Amino acid sequence: MNETFKLDENLLRKRYRAEKRFHAYGIIAIGLALAFILFFFIDVLSKGIPGFQTVQVQVEVDYSQVVADGNYRRVVQKDLVHIASRGWMRTVPMQLRNHPEMIGTKETIWVPAAFRVNQYIKGNEGHGLEQKYQALADELYKQGTIRKAIDWHFFTRGDSKLPEIAGVGASLVGSLVVMFITMILAVPIGVVTAVYLEEFSPDNMLTRTVEVNINNLAAIPSILFGLLGLAIFINFFGVPRSSALAGGMTLALMTLPIIIISTRAALRSVPNSIREGAFGVGASGLQVVWHHVLPLALPGILTGSIIGLAQALGETAPLLIVGMMAFIPEAPLSIYQASTVLPAQIYTWSSDSIRAFGELTAAGVIVLLTIMLMLNGLAIWLRQHTSRTW
Amino acid sequence: MYKHIFTAAFVAIAAFATIQTADAREIRIVGSSTVFPFSSANAEEFGATTRFKTPVVESTGSGGGFKLFCAGDDLNTPDISNASRRMKAKELELCAENGVKGITEAVIGYDGIAVAQSADNAPINLSREEIMLAVAAEVPSKDGKSLVANPYHYWNEINPDLPKRKIVIYGPPASSGTRDAFEDMILKHLTKHMDVYTNLYHADKVKNKAYKKFHKIRQDDVYVPSGENDNLIVQKLTKDKDAFGVFGYSFLEENKDKVSGALINGISPNPETISSGNYPLSRSLYFYIKHSHVGKVDGIQEYANLFMSEKQIGNNGTLLDIGLIALPEADRARYRKQVEELAKLTEGDLKK
Repeated sequence: MNETFKLDENLLRKRYRAEKRFHAYGIIAIGLALAFILFFFIDVLSKGIPGFQTVQVQVEVDYSQVVADGNYRRVVQKDLVHIASRGWMRTVPMQLRNHPEMIGTKETIWVPAAFRVNQYIKGNEGHGLEQKYQALADELYKQGTIRKAIDWHFFTRGDSKLPEIAGVGASLVGSLVVMFITMILAVPIGVVTAVYLEEFSPDNMLTRTVEVNINNLAAIPSILFGLLGLAIFINFFGVPRSSALAGGMTLALMTLPIIIISTRAALRSVPNSIREGAFGVGASGLQVVWHHVLPLALPGILTGSIIGLAQALGETAPLLIVGMMAFIPEAPLSIYQASTVLPAQIYTWSSDSIRAFGELTAAGVIVLLTIMLMLNGLAIWLRQHTSRTW
Repeated sequence: MYKHIFTAAFVAIAAFATIQTADAREIRIVGSSTVFPFSSANAEEFGATTRFKTPVVESTGSGGGFKLFCAGDDLNTPDISNASRRMKAKELELCAENGVKGITEAVIGYDGIAVAQSADNAPINLSREEIMLAVAAEVPSKDGKSLVANPYHYWNEINPDLPKRKIVIYGPPASSGTRDAFEDMILKHLTKHMDVYTNLYHADKVKNKAYKKFHKIRQDDVYVPSGENDNLIVQKLTKDKDAFGVFGYSFLEENKDKVSGALINGISPNPETISSGNYPLSRSLYFYIKHSHVGKVDGIQEYANLFMSEKQIGNNGTLLDIGLIALPEADRARYRKQVEELAKLTEGDLKK
């Protein structure tokens, strides 16, 4: 054999080993990431699923005059005053004022149990239910007048300081309204900006400066957008503090750079031959963009926009500054009304001293994750159904 | 097709923007995160049991709350500010400068500050001085004549009677009102009477201003600032048996199965000792009402009256269930009267 063709076996083995090692690193990295995600999901699901479950107690309601006059604790039998939720009891006098014909009647209904009873029946540690009520709760549970049920109201009610009647309804509506405002502001402005920068603007110092700044903005901490929103929208334009409008506009500022960058990337991926072809048959610049480039870039634009909006949906820091991190139990009826959002709600629950809020926090996280997954799914679906081949 | 989308979008925006209810706004409350749970529980009760709208309660911290509250007198500013400390004379001045002339002060109750450890540990008694020596950045030297950087890393180095246990304290960060209160009651309370600190101040009042009431906490990882979320500190204590945690009494009460409060000067934290003032680490919780908004914004007086009622803050009040410590009866009556009459807070009151 000729000397020059002799393979250095050692070197070859080394190279194979290096390759194998690299594969192993990759698998370890993915494995770690999966393990973290799995751990997170198992933790959140195991803590959060009980949060969708409520404990109810069957009570004989006595709609007496005393109750209508405001002494709401008299609405149930004396021994159930500390078993049934005060959050339900206190609404009865108002109900009777609105329906005076009910006064003097009685009925037997299921109502939410007080949160300490709720936690005790679920067997959670730190329920804090007094000893004397524990026996009663056990007894009623055995009799079947205390039951567990799925808490559908969790999705319709607003925040409450009483965990048994707290829900994500109001903050979900708030999040949707805020997202709607963010979307109608950020998407058109972002897309138009990107189209101008990519397709029409001359390449000069000014546009390059703008470009650098946009890329910079996409990377600054989100809380700074909150300060900007506070200064411009609330202090200067007088938009009501804590309102969905203030929050939506602030998040639009935050989302804009992301949308601009992803739209530009999408536009750049449209081959130049398409533009040239369109120009070749006499299309104007606007027609080229509107009829040819934009439709082809649409999948990328949509994906970028949805991911930008999904990020805004989970944001809390800028909303803290514009006053949306607050106790606001009712859903907004207009964009000027005070409103809270889902992540803010989750944060407030997580810092509450009452232990029962722990499972609600996890349940809120599950709701938020589900929406995120749906949005990302939508992004994938849109990308597949709008993409064209050329 | 695009035209239709645009038209639809514009119609939607226009429709959305005009469904604006024209009636007056709800009560706006800002301020302390410690008062926040009580204030929002009262707001909820108020919304659920009266014809008024539920007030919006924002958790901004005491200082942040006063800043917003005192920013002006118009209806874009908050009506009520919660605080876990008393308003400062400076803040009252700022209010007056910005046209906020009449303010009423109310105290709703006390909050105890617990120095807690894992419930697995044996009960421990710490004196205020021992805690101070554990957390201060500079402490008196062995001979007591000069100040040295804090050398203590085990509790038995401070007092031989204490166990040989590593000093680790998880506490609130510098931005927190609880931290201010902790510094006031542990550090300032002692150092302002200790010659070894104050002599330095008297020697050079400008350069050594910090030694007048020395309240600097050590930064060598013995005191670990742990964020505003007290549930996290509770979790850490269950993992780290050596550690102590500093947080509000309501978290101690709610997590009795996991953590126990250290006795301070031989007194354990509980509602009785905090209410009577025997437990040394407690503070009052306040709220402040802006007079000029009463009558312009519906329900302010009614909200405040409900907050001060026996039903809420009395001996069996509902707010006690979530960790508030009741004031003595006479004080409750006094503050209730003050709120009903909208007594005006003066600079003289704050100096008392």
